Amino acid sequence: MLVATAYLSCMRSPNPLHAYWRANVRLIAVLLSVWFLTAYIISIVLAPWLNQFRLGGAPLGFWFAQQGSIYVFILLIWIYARRMDALDKQYDVHE
Amino acid sequence: MSVETWTYLLVGLSFALYFYIGYTARVRDTKGFYVAGRGVPPVANGAATAADWMSAASFISMAGLISVLGYDGAIYLMGWTGGYVLLALLLAPYLRKYRKFTVPDFVGDRYASTTARTLAALATIFISLVYVAGQMRGVGIVFSRFLAIDIAQGVLIGVAVVAFFAILGGMKGVTWTQAAQYTILILAYLIPGVALAYLLTGNPVPQLAFALSDISERINQIQTDLGFGEYTAPFQSKPMLDVLAITGALMVGTAGLPHVIIRFYTTPDVRSARYSAFWALVFIGLLYTTAPALAMFARYNLISTLHNKPIEQVRQIDWVAKWEQTGLLKIVDKNGDGVVQVAKGKAFQEKGGKPDFNAPDMTNPNEVYLDNDIIVLSTPEVARLAPFVIALLAAGGLAAALSTASGLLIAMSSAVAHDLYYRVFNPRAPERLRLLVGRLAMLPALAAAAYLGINPPGFVAQVVAFAFGLAASGLFPAILLGILDRRMNAQGAIAGMLVGLTFTSVMIGLMRAPQLFGAAQPVIKDFFGISAEGIGIVGMVLNLVTALVVSRLTPPPPTHIQEIVDSIRIPRGAGEALDE
Repeated sequence: MLVATAYLSCMRSPNPLHAYWRANVRLIAVLLSVWFLTAYIISIVLAPWLNQFRLGGAPLGFWFAQQGSIYVFILLIWIYARRMDALDKQYDVHE
Repeated sequence: MSVETWTYLLVGLSFALYFYIGYTARVRDTKGFYVAGRGVPPVANGAATAADWMSAASFISMAGLISVLGYDGAIYLMGWTGGYVLLALLLAPYLRKYRKFTVPDFVGDRYASTTARTLAALATIFISLVYVAGQMRGVGIVFSRFLAIDIAQGVLIGVAVVAFFAILGGMKGVTWTQAAQYTILILAYLIPGVALAYLLTGNPVPQLAFALSDISERINQIQTDLGFGEYTAPFQSKPMLDVLAITGALMVGTAGLPHVIIRFYTTPDVRSARYSAFWALVFIGLLYTTAPALAMFARYNLISTLHNKPIEQVRQIDWVAKWEQTGLLKIVDKNGDGVVQVAKGKAFQEKGGKPDFNAPDMTNPNEVYLDNDIIVLSTPEVARLAPFVIALLAAGGLAAALSTASGLLIAMSSAVAHDLYYRVFNPRAPERLRLLVGRLAMLPALAAAAYLGINPPGFVAQVVAFAFGLAASGLFPAILLGILDRRMNAQGAIAGMLVGLTFTSVMIGLMRAPQLFGAAQPVIKDFFGISAEGIGIVGMVLNLVTALVVSRLTPPPPTHIQEIVDSIRIPRGAGEALDE
């Protein structure tokens, strides 16, 4: 909701720095959606159902809650840092 | 060499290393003292953040806690890692760009309000104080368990070590010792973890053994046979709603903890702040993905070693005898059949939150008491590792406790010296005086840490919920809105903080009345199914809603404040010499 507010508030302006911020907020929204789905939906809400499947030996919901989610968190931060490197260059705001 | 000799040697060597680093990293200015001169590369900052974050409790107790909770232990695993995603995406890069020294600095400047600054500084001091008590206790416990040194003496030794590098080197000394401490603690955790994984599953990588071996099937079988629920089945100790709330509160609380946030102030630029968060979570993840494996393997191993075995035979095992002496493990033959039975329920009656070994609880057939700490502490012996690994575990536990304590001391002393003294009371103080006050402010913080470590209030564990609740409901929303919402003003932020903090404190007070105020019963059991541990997430939502509504009913912030918001959103210029 908050991300959406921030996004809308800068939609109105043509300033290139606002375009940079808008691209940043869009990226954050996508990555945080994955974060939310992984942590709360897959690892908690759907865990009982996912436990009927197995990853190797471990029930899938259990594996996501105690292992997989952490790997996803690490990956999300890495993707964000990499994508922002590109955005910083594209909008010429890097150091 | 005996375990004790090894322990003295490794603990002594690691302390000597900390002293050496502390001495070489000594500083002469406030920029060095508060933000390590902003010269810390991302990998080193990641390691320092990981050590800063992982406390004595993460290191010694978490695996044990998970082994009791089974699936539900995920609240800690996800709750204490997922917050880094929020930090990396929503807070760290912008706070780094702002080029100030502390968290209250940003809150106070962004809302141009002494009230907001003071509120943030007091929240920082309270949160850090609650936390540091647990760390110092951890130091004392490691000393007493491994070296038979009195807890009080152990705490004083720990305080002296931290005092040396924190006063001399400030954030710079703390940063580089933390990086060294991470190396020691992760080795100490992984070596026994790898050995136990190999012993039980034939796969030396705990994370792979966790997923690929049949151990989760075996432990489910054993637990069902003994009357426990399946280890991997969700929501056995808490309903789903509470699991969701606790995970959320811990994540948001993590992202709002001042001693974690200020670690991102030490990098050379915004880009390094982002990569620091990545490295931090890689380093934290290494321990946090090993812990649940260790928890499952050790629980399986303990139950299968003890259950249905003759008591005399069990007591001949070295580590059983040793840990039974220290009270981490206790066997009582309730039915007098000479055979150990593991079952659901408490082996002993509880007195003041601790088991009373003279009073077996005859209402259930369980004959074995296991302290949470035993899962990690007994691993080297269970896996039959050399004495030096046991000694390394002691050094690792101390590294975990000391690194977190030193980070908290910096957060506390900077809130006192920089935010309250310099920014609120004496804005004209010259640089040299500010540095001196920064160093002096360490002393009361150290004294408080030592006192609380030696005389722990009975409610330390309960108050940790408080720390996370306050960080989640007070600090996190104020910082987040300051960055994301240009229109947010002082009225909105202060109203939000007051509502969030008050709601959370009152709720925790009501639910934890017995532990906090000695009441006979909690005033309310939960808030629509959400317990004290998870209530911070409700406080956070109330804070956000209040702040958004109040800010829209009051005038927008002045133009120069909106310019601050614009400038922190742009990475360029973070390394400029404008540092205050």
